[in-house]
Amino acid sequence: MGTLPEPFAAWFAGRGWTPRAHQMALLRAAEAGESALLVAPTGGGKTLAGFLPSLIELTGRPRPGGPGALHTLYVSPLKALAVDIARNLLAPVEELDLPIRIETRTGDTPQNRRARQKEDPPNLLLTTPESLVLLLSQPEAGPFFAGLGAVVVDEIHALAGTKRGDQLALGLSRLGTLAPAARRVGLSATVAHPEPLRAFLSPTGRPDDVRLVQVRGGAAPELSVQLPAGRLPWGGHMGLASAPEIYRQIREARVTIVFVNTRAQAELVFQALWRLNDDNLAIALHHGSLTVEQRRKVEAAMAAGKLRAVVATASLDLGIDWGDVDQVIQVGAPKGVARLLQRVGRANHRMDEPSRAVLVPANRFEVIECAAALEAVRHEELDGDPPRPGGLDVLAQHVLAMACHAPFHPDALYAEVMRAAPYAGLTRRDFDDVLRFVEDGGYALRVYDRFRKLFRDSEGMVHVRDQRVARQLRMNLGTIVESPMLKVRLRGGPVLGEVEEWFVSTLLPGDSFLFAGQTLRFEALDAMTAIVTRGGEGDPRVPTYAGARLPLSTWLAARVREILHEPRKWRLLPAPVQEWLRLQRKRSMLPEKDGLLIETFPRGGRWFLVAYCFEGRLAHQTLGMLVTKRMERAGYGPLGYLATDYVLAAWSAFEPTEVESLFEEDILGEDLEEWMAESSMLRRTFRNIATIAGLIEKNHPGHEKRPRQMTMNADLIYDVLRKHEPDHILLRATRQEAAGGLTDVARIGLLLARARGRIRHMRLDRVSPLAVPALIEEGREWVAGGAEDALLAEAAALVEEVTGGEEIFAETLAAVTEGVRVRAGVVDKPRHSKGRERPRRSRFIRSAPGSVTGA
Amino acid sequence: MTPAPLHVAGERLMLDPAGLLLWPARRTLVVGDLHLEKGSHFAQGGRFVPPYDTRETLDRLQLALRRWRPARLIALGDSFHDAAGAGRLPAQDAQFLHRLLAGMEMLWVLGNHDPVPPEGLPGTAVEEFRDGPLTFRHEARRGPVKPAEISGHFHPKATMPTRCGGVTRPCFVADAWRVMLPAFGAYTGGLDAGDPAIAGLFPRGARVFLLGKDRLYSMPVAPSRARLVAAAGAAGPG
Repeated sequence: MGTLPEPFAAWFAGRGWTPRAHQMALLRAAEAGESALLVAPTGGGKTLAGFLPSLIELTGRPRPGGPGALHTLYVSPLKALAVDIARNLLAPVEELDLPIRIETRTGDTPQNRRARQKEDPPNLLLTTPESLVLLLSQPEAGPFFAGLGAVVVDEIHALAGTKRGDQLALGLSRLGTLAPAARRVGLSATVAHPEPLRAFLSPTGRPDDVRLVQVRGGAAPELSVQLPAGRLPWGGHMGLASAPEIYRQIREARVTIVFVNTRAQAELVFQALWRLNDDNLAIALHHGSLTVEQRRKVEAAMAAGKLRAVVATASLDLGIDWGDVDQVIQVGAPKGVARLLQRVGRANHRMDEPSRAVLVPANRFEVIECAAALEAVRHEELDGDPPRPGGLDVLAQHVLAMACHAPFHPDALYAEVMRAAPYAGLTRRDFDDVLRFVEDGGYALRVYDRFRKLFRDSEGMVHVRDQRVARQLRMNLGTIVESPMLKVRLRGGPVLGEVEEWFVSTLLPGDSFLFAGQTLRFEALDAMTAIVTRGGEGDPRVPTYAGARLPLSTWLAARVREILHEPRKWRLLPAPVQEWLRLQRKRSMLPEKDGLLIETFPRGGRWFLVAYCFEGRLAHQTLGMLVTKRMERAGYGPLGYLATDYVLAAWSAFEPTEVESLFEEDILGEDLEEWMAESSMLRRTFRNIATIAGLIEKNHPGHEKRPRQMTMNADLIYDVLRKHEPDHILLRATRQEAAGGLTDVARIGLLLARARGRIRHMRLDRVSPLAVPALIEEGREWVAGGAEDALLAEAAALVEEVTGGEEIFAETLAAVTEGVRVRAGVVDKPRHSKGRERPRRSRFIRSAPGSVTGA
Repeated sequence: MTPAPLHVAGERLMLDPAGLLLWPARRTLVVGDLHLEKGSHFAQGGRFVPPYDTRETLDRLQLALRRWRPARLIALGDSFHDAAGAGRLPAQDAQFLHRLLAGMEMLWVLGNHDPVPPEGLPGTAVEEFRDGPLTFRHEARRGPVKPAEISGHFHPKATMPTRCGGVTRPCFVADAWRVMLPAFGAYTGGLDAGDPAIAGLFPRGARVFLLGKDRLYSMPVAPSRARLVAAAGAAGPG
């Protein structure tokens, strides 16, 4: 190990620090002008390691102001992280009085500061992927980045493999063109496969061009499982039964983060804790739908040590260093070992001391999952997704951004794009089609020529049409697609946050709901704002969010299956769970090691079929497509299905009787193309792709106030495009992306071959103990088959019966209603509707949980 | 395809599950908001949605015309997504439209999206059109209509509760004096028939007819809430 140059050596010594091996390794890489990826557990001084070489270089060769002053660009997935790191870096810079200027640039940076930064850039600029692409789309990007010496990408594991990551990779590739000498530094939490991250960071897209610096170990975390004192719930993911135990744990620790899996769960757990909070402990709430100010307030209170606990979603998974957290509680199944470790690492940022974490399973199945997770952590088994090809929708955005920067030649841009690892395999045909899409839509019917956004000159250079196009791009840049949201405002008070529009559309004035940690009464809808007051009566509802509806992935299926198969292993499980498995054995049967257990039972007006395959969610997703297709052919009227890591559950209007035939190998021969294209999964995928590619805009110049009216229903576009130009680039992109959510048919073939002759069909009169958790899982897919019309016919016939089947109803209706005085509370509901079911008042046809939608 | 009969102001009308209304006595077919050239309207603004919407809508219209062979076609307004829409029709689609309308009386009721007569197309443009007891206009008029009114504009849809959850479809909305047609265009969304904008026009309640593959599915809709509250207030003590 070498030594640090002065004045840094003295500064380290003054704090009682010695430079760590990985910090020196990054310094060596920088001196050699090489890029490097640092993989280290939380608390390893990662960030300082990433910046140290830049600080040393800038101290030796200061860069006064003016163009070319920018030396290091730092990119993080979180705005808050960029701001936090800037603050931390100021410590050494001020204490050592270094000639270095540090600034941030995010969506929150005021316009005048941005303009000033363009003229007079800082030495270190901290930003996000979106802000980076915005900078790159400016005409002045060339001189701005020309002197760049280093790019630091923080939390790189959270970006690679996502669409934001695709966008960043393309941006890095452009930086490689503007500043070829700039080295890159990646900072990552511990991951199972560092190779894809090296490739992601690499200026060439090849992993070998990036030095790998890995820090092993750190103390193993101390994990325990906490069960509720009372009954262990059968189902549900909220974990409220354990609230007293969670509260006790909070009281016994100094500072706790209570991690939950969804925003709805955060609201409920927060409420439950405050109901118990006799000691008046400072417990706060943090999730992505609260206003930025409110989140910042919680973070600041946390940093200042004023809180005892914060209930948080993934919004706190990354970043900000709060040294004082000494306990993490994970409520609900951890879903994935890498993510669990990341969360556990939020407690105790010192690497050599163990982090302490408590897992609180919400139901019986989750107890088994938690047991499996503990085993996996003990065996240091990490999970992670293999790299997937970059999204063509993101590429479309990038192409337009690059045209806004300066005219380009398609050959040169293609070569540059291929240097980004996610696009290393991009075919020229796909690239050209994306370019054509950006130009004028790229349709075979060439009628949009006069509206084109890009045009080519005689030398083949591609230019952007005008500044309006550039403005439009900048307003819509980014790859995060959200459902339409409405602000929630206290009457005469502040905005509390946002909920999805569809949720508000189900509320009537006077209804109450839980949000921002309080019970609110919905008063009225005012333009794009839901007006509420505090309080409210009755059972409050809890807003859910589309993002939360997506199932979480776990890689623990194999371990869970093993525990189920081996009654001897049940000793690992608490008594109520053992009891539950015994009950399953009595009511139905346990899945056998080599057989395939399939249960069918009626429930809530439909028939359910649950197949215990244990092949993982992706395989079950594909199987769900195949099986529902066969159910359609058999006339069972399939309505939807759900794939978890353990089971496939499908439901239908009519009883599936010939169950074995649904799982015969020849279902692989079904023509799936058309069936898949109709599926909700493909439609959802298309909606996102169309938004990111710019077909549907989030914002439109001059129409900021009513964005809804400017958008068009993606399902309608999808249907028309599929019929008239099935090979259009956006449909190819949709199929490519959806394929990532499915598994190849060959693997399904193996499963079916194994099950042949060993299918055990249990026809039950009600749901079985083991099936309960699956039926309440999120992430349902619906099937748009003939069943919808069959159900409508049934319902209409019922209505007919009730209303007496009047053929000439109009006169009758008039005659009847004319004479009758209408009284509130007597006829205020249509007779066919019962309970909470009432037509939604959403303006757009869309699918929402629990309803089947079609057009 | 089984049409549903409907009696309004003493006239026997037929509702086509494809979303059109037929008046057999006058050999008249009525179609709601076509929104032709909506795609190119968006393309003008830099959003290149697929340009096949006009063709798709006309294909569907052709099927209905073949089925009913009417002597007269009434389009209830918003036939084009904007005033310049007819001028943007691709030559091929314009020819197709000419062929479809050949030998037929064509009435273009003007709508809020297309307040001017469509340029270069056969037919007569009218603000509204009256024939016998029926008045055809784009947007339903508030208050009592005498004797009866056929309109479009609102793109009604409705959700029918079934034992497996609600099913949402575009729909007709009708009472003894009014029939509101669903939008017919390929790129048209919908507004729930329970929305005050629609329900307010049917103060005594209405019947909705949801479009199905081969037939319509109907259910009654209760009088609007606003009216109920008002009625309760009037009937209440004090």
